[in-house]
Amino acid sequence: MIASEMKRAFPILAVITALLLAYSTYQALVVAPTERTMGDVQRIFYYHVPSAWTAFCLFFVNLIASIVYLVRKNPKADALAVSSAEVGVVFCTIVLITGPIWARPVWGIWWTWDVRLTSTLVLWLIYVSYLMLRRFSDSAQTPVLAAVLAIFGALDVPLVYFSIWFFRTQHPQPVIGGGGSLDPRMLHVFLLNLFTFSCFGAMLCWARYRLELLQREVEEVESLQSLRGVPQ
Amino acid sequence: MNSKGFLYAAYIATWLIHGLYIGVLARGYSRLRQQLKDLNKSGK
Repeated sequence: MIASEMKRAFPILAVITALLLAYSTYQALVVAPTERTMGDVQRIFYYHVPSAWTAFCLFFVNLIASIVYLVRKNPKADALAVSSAEVGVVFCTIVLITGPIWARPVWGIWWTWDVRLTSTLVLWLIYVSYLMLRRFSDSAQTPVLAAVLAIFGALDVPLVYFSIWFFRTQHPQPVIGGGGSLDPRMLHVFLLNLFTFSCFGAMLCWARYRLELLQREVEEVESLQSLRGVPQ
Repeated sequence: MNSKGFLYAAYIATWLIHGLYIGVLARGYSRLRQQLKDLNKSGK
């Protein structure tokens, strides 16, 4: 009952998210004031930080789903784990691409091996290896191994987040809660984009989760038919 | 490239990645739906 209602709600929520994305992009590109020292390139901030936030949230979902899978062996938790990891990697890829594009005109370099940047790259590599394991291993133990890897991978998330508090880095300190200040109009646009990207991430994860369940259904029907000797 | 050029490059890269990913999801979904339909048909 709930599943069918959620299925019906999906297109409506997808349209609302698309409208929110369009509105947030307009706010970020047009309405938000131009930063005095960096100029227009600072507007990358409205995509870069919310993408990082969404990736972290999805990796957290992956951690919880992996723990639930290890404890209860629930296949739906495993499906959620792989879905959240994949969508998290998409958002983390955006962070790793938009970061250097922002860094080049501001720092004069595309990349530097400082703690924040390196730990983010390591985080991305861990979750890419998680997805590779899921994709290329056929063993019955794969979900268990992947869940354990996910738990270790999640340990890198606080390291990425707190690296700019504990180490001297090229990456700037957080503007919220880190001693910096943000123009209230910029803060408004930033929070709007943060909310929008969270909704967008949740929608993508939901779509990927549905795809994963469908994939498993197909595999189940295929194996049932091969057991019955039905030609495929 | 000026400040606006970098800004647009970042936004285009972001939406290109999201667009590609949504395309992959949509293609996978329609492929699996078709596969399931065919399997159910051959199973009858």
